[in-house]
Amino acid sequence: MRKSFLFISCEEAHHICDKRQYGEATGWERVKLGLRLSWCRITRAYSNRNNKLTEVMQKADVDCLKNDERTKLQKQFEEELAKHQ
Amino acid sequence: MPKHQLDPNNWIKLYSDYLFNYTISRVSDRVTAQDLVSETFLAGLKSMANFKGEASERTWLISILKRKIIDHYRKINSNKGKAEVRMNYNSDTDAEGDWLEERVADPFDKTAEDKLENSELGDAIYDCLEKLPDKQAEVFKMKTILGYDTETICNELEITASNLWVIIHRARTALADCMQKNWF
Repeated sequence: MRKSFLFISCEEAHHICDKRQYGEATGWERVKLGLRLSWCRITRAYSNRNNKLTEVMQKADVDCLKNDERTKLQKQFEEELAKHQ
Repeated sequence: MPKHQLDPNNWIKLYSDYLFNYTISRVSDRVTAQDLVSETFLAGLKSMANFKGEASERTWLISILKRKIIDHYRKINSNKGKAEVRMNYNSDTDAEGDWLEERVADPFDKTAEDKLENSELGDAIYDCLEKLPDKQAEVFKMKTILGYDTETICNELEITASNLWVIIHRARTALADCMQKNWF
């Protein structure tokens, strides 16, 4: 009982690690992840790669269309496409 | 038989985000970027007959977009008279030679270099994003690039929070694998 309270599975650790990338892991989840990271090589490797991905995403500063912008673009284009077909 | 063929029905789905990202990093205005992307697709439609099939669809569309961006800046410059450049370095004989020092590039100004690297990194990310299943790419973009909160995405796509995190996990794992091969 005590063990499950403090220890988390590898899958749960990955899940918390993902949430942490978006600032959505709670304090308690971060504690549990920290504990897992201290001894689990697999979680550590996953976490490092995940952090690196977040880092490159921030560095690249990529952008994309919002859904409504894409819908507007699609509508305009489809009208034009219909004229060509 | 040409190596590549055009399929305009899929242009928006496949290339709108890539072209938008390419444009926004060069014009820094969302509405202008959308207009330029839209004009690019329309110009692509009109000049489909000129496509020889040697380049990929994306490369061909980017070449149209590049011309659109150049035209955009030409238009701005001609409107505001900003194209005029004056250099009077040789007119002042007392200061002869000073101009050399003034014109040397600042070694600490790495903006252009950084921008180039970031642009290449952006291309690498988009190359990897294109390989993801549609749903994963959509959720990842909404969460990571557009920064929407979990609730908004769940409401918009009608999925549960657990679904969202499973999709995010798969997308991040696939992207990290892809970036590992191409960039890290």
